[in-house]
Amino acid sequence: MPVLEIKNLHKTFDQNEILKGIDLTVDKGEVVSIIGPSGSGKSTLLRCATLLETMTKGSMKYSDTQVVTEGSDGFSVYLPPKELTHVKAMFGLVFQNFNLFPHYSVLKNIIDAPISVQKRNKDEVIAEARQLLAKMGLADRENFYPYQLSGGQQQRVSIARALINNPQILFFDEPTSALDPELTGEILKVIRELAAMRMTMVIVTHEIEFAKNVSDRVIFMADGVIVEQGSPQQVIQNPQQERTRTFLANLNKK
Amino acid sequence: MPITNMILQLATGLLTSVNIFFLTLLFTFPFGLLVALVRMSKNPFASNIARIYISIMRGTPLMLQLLIVYFGPYYVFGWSLRNYPPFVAVIIAFVLNYSAYFAEIYRGGIASIPIGQYEAATVLGYSKQQTFFKIILPQVIKRIVPPITNEIITLVKDTSLAQVISVMEMFTIAKQIANAQSSMVALVVAGVFYYVFNFVVAVVMEQIEKKLDYYR
Repeated sequence: MPVLEIKNLHKTFDQNEILKGIDLTVDKGEVVSIIGPSGSGKSTLLRCATLLETMTKGSMKYSDTQVVTEGSDGFSVYLPPKELTHVKAMFGLVFQNFNLFPHYSVLKNIIDAPISVQKRNKDEVIAEARQLLAKMGLADRENFYPYQLSGGQQQRVSIARALINNPQILFFDEPTSALDPELTGEILKVIRELAAMRMTMVIVTHEIEFAKNVSDRVIFMADGVIVEQGSPQQVIQNPQQERTRTFLANLNKK
Repeated sequence: MPITNMILQLATGLLTSVNIFFLTLLFTFPFGLLVALVRMSKNPFASNIARIYISIMRGTPLMLQLLIVYFGPYYVFGWSLRNYPPFVAVIIAFVLNYSAYFAEIYRGGIASIPIGQYEAATVLGYSKQQTFFKIILPQVIKRIVPPITNEIITLVKDTSLAQVISVMEMFTIAKQIANAQSSMVALVVAGVFYYVFNFVVAVVMEQIEKKLDYYR
């Protein structure tokens, strides 16, 4: 059964149509990478999926929960806000700039939302958070504040924060773009480990080599549409579309 | 008049000044925040009302505002001033005036918080209120301590304006003693009191700033 099912997603800002009818289905355990030039709409797609943007038209379903339906006029209709809060525990998002809360310790960054938003048991959440921190190699950092950590460590904390509610799917928005090159490796390693544990993930990335290695499926987007998708071998090694070839060729020139 | 007697009288006045100071702050912190939020609201009508309010409060003398708040009800509505102590008028006028300055400081602080903080909170499911009070406001407070310290120090000195509606605060008393004695000593002592008051304020604010230094 698919974890995420987006159908006919259109997103319009003012008069500009940024997304022009996207269909995206992600199965349980699948790792999907989205690549494409800047302005292609891949970040907007991720922001619509994580409820940071409101889709103009189209529908969206997380597992059994129909989050967005297409109204009779074609425009999107959302669940009431209270139910959306529950939906937000079904996914996690890792930002490019981490966006940790600077005034909270590492531990509090991870545990505050599950306790004060999802109303989970405090002791249980703390125990899970400590396990996650240990997995991220940050067991001795729970009382640190974000400014005391390196970029890579901060990003690992933010991954732990995204994982604390045991989400069914994890989204990454260019998770290594804000990191020094020598730190990207530690984040890619964490994502690889998650993939090995069959965590369902959607990754917007510029790391083509990484996308090739970690993904079950690669999606190439340009100008608000999915131009091409398939296995990494298909899309990256042997692209069928001219637009994809140009994009990959430009990358290789650098 | 022996000097101890004079100091005692001035100290009584200082107590009134301190009362004005603390009561003004007590109401200005929340009211200023409210004004800032209205000023930043998406509703253009509400936002413009707040904008005009701030503009008038900052654009006219506090002394004039004091007179209007105290005598306005009598001249405009013909209400008796008997049940309207000037001290109350001082607090109302000070809160109205200082809230305008505080509102702009809050607004600057709120605007300086990166959008990513809101986005992270939204994704994690925090409600609008939770996001503001748990995530945004604590960071705002840390950032606005220095400009707020400026305002608070000015407030200490502005308490002396209460003399224009005959509130018996320190400056009023100092002037009376000085007139009666044809001597500046009382004014100099009052000056020392104001300075010490502000010195304490500065030390306390520095401590608060240090306390908030545990993160960046």
